[in-house]
Amino acid sequence: MIRSFRDALRDSLMALVETNKDFVVLNADSARVLNLDIFKATYPDRIFCYGISEADMLSAAAGLSTTGIVPIVVGFSMFVTEKPFEQIRQSICYPNLNVKIIATHAGLCVGQDGATHQTLEDLTVMRSLPNMKVFVAADAAQTTAAIQAMMAYKGPCYLRLGRDTAQDLYESQPEFRIGGSDLLRDGGDVTLAACGLMVDQSLQAAELLAAEGIQATVLNLYSVKPLDEQMLLAQAQKTGALVTVEDHTVLGGLGGAVAETLARYLPTPIEFVGTQDTFGESGTQDELFQKYGLTAIHIANAARRAVARKATRT
Amino acid sequence: MQREYDKYRKIARELRVSVLDMVYKARSGHLGGAFSIIEVLTALYFHEMRVNPKEPHDPERDRFVLSKGHTAPALYVTLAYAGFFPKERLFDSFRSVDSILQGHPDMKKTPGIDMTSGSLGIGLSNAAGMALSGKIRGKDYTVYCMVGDGELDEGQIWEAAATAVCQGLDNLIVFVDLNGLQNDDLTCNVKNLGDIPAKWRAFGWDVTEVDGHCFETLIPAIDLAKRHKGSPSVIICNTVKGKGVSFMENEVVWHGKTPNEEEYKAAREELLR
Repeated sequence: MIRSFRDALRDSLMALVETNKDFVVLNADSARVLNLDIFKATYPDRIFCYGISEADMLSAAAGLSTTGIVPIVVGFSMFVTEKPFEQIRQSICYPNLNVKIIATHAGLCVGQDGATHQTLEDLTVMRSLPNMKVFVAADAAQTTAAIQAMMAYKGPCYLRLGRDTAQDLYESQPEFRIGGSDLLRDGGDVTLAACGLMVDQSLQAAELLAAEGIQATVLNLYSVKPLDEQMLLAQAQKTGALVTVEDHTVLGGLGGAVAETLARYLPTPIEFVGTQDTFGESGTQDELFQKYGLTAIHIANAARRAVARKATRT
Repeated sequence: MQREYDKYRKIARELRVSVLDMVYKARSGHLGGAFSIIEVLTALYFHEMRVNPKEPHDPERDRFVLSKGHTAPALYVTLAYAGFFPKERLFDSFRSVDSILQGHPDMKKTPGIDMTSGSLGIGLSNAAGMALSGKIRGKDYTVYCMVGDGELDEGQIWEAAATAVCQGLDNLIVFVDLNGLQNDDLTCNVKNLGDIPAKWRAFGWDVTEVDGHCFETLIPAIDLAKRHKGSPSVIICNTVKGKGVSFMENEVVWHGKTPNEEEYKAAREELLR
């Protein structure tokens, strides 16, 4: 089944009211586009609109959190991570305050709105901040699980979601561990380490590879920071070659996090699938994934290159 | 009240001397803008605010956000004199490694600091968030925030000014330290904001203008602002940057300069006179 990230966000927040009396939702003129009208109508005293004033909103979230209220800031990724980056750094991460940032519209999957709205650096900048935890959800069920895990943790968290829909990867709500990962397919030849919408593309790539006799492990590295280093190193040890896959720049995001870990503990051939130091453009999600190299075919090609490099090393 | 005001004047003088001592000993820090806010801090921590140094995290307490965080020495000295931590800390570690007294306020390191600050333009939003929480939870605490007049250059201040009115935060009282100087030059030469009280009024704030060094006008203004309902209040404090030391007053260079030995002695003597 294909389900919407935004619906999962809305349903999670509606359900959260039952278990958490201390949270409020902050948005910057985006409640309607985030499908939160029903939340606003049902719990008007729990949602605050800041107008198009994101710097003010993130700073106010910090102030709110000093009193024990847990603010959940929602919005498009660009406007709740990169526009108010300094406020997040100074007011939330430095004092290590309990603010949750949940962003939709991250990556090329934003589509026709084009480069200004296609946030391709949010993982890089968010993971560079001390105290910040960084997660990416791959489908609706994982979105719900991620939000529950973030609320159970005390400290700043960022959750990245896609714009529109995702193919269900999980039949029921999966376990979501801060610093965890999910091994979705086990193979001995190469590891495809992916997050978000690219997990599904990687599973498709694994099928293509299997047809030609290359057995791929597919790892959903939903916790970009902290990274599940134990799992990553075990799969790198087993397969001897990796491909990182993200709807995001290859500079410093998931690929960067994986490369840092492997360089430190277990140098292994890695190929990086993601945007290659470039901005996006207007187009449909499928057209953009095709043009910028984020399809199953591109991932399979990268996997073959990684496997070939493994051979030349010995 | 007159006797009380005399007492506050005495405290303010001691605070200025200690600010001078700590900046001189650390060989680093911002004197000018620290001297201009001493009376406001004295009025807040020794008269107005409901705070308990033994319980700095009391959820019912009033809050203070020093948005112009570079003038931290003034706040540190005030907090130490109010009993939040020993006065010795002021002089043995300010701006040093492992100190509880960072170059700019750090709520996780210094007892009594309600919000981390230092990058200009952010603190008013922080304070408004605290005030909103008070409204959500039906608490009766007041949130105070000090912003600099140079800091009004930051667009975020005006975002927050609009938000606080829309949210009806009458439990928020802002002080503008209108000393007319900023880092490089006179505020009117850097970016002339024109009629500052009119700007706040236009945003829907309750506005008062006072002599920011005069307890006789300052304290009644704060009391009036506390009683004002329906909108946030701003008290525009006409102040003198470098107040109390004649050769520092209204001199741009004393924004962040450290006095040499001769200047230190002369300044100390004048403050104690």
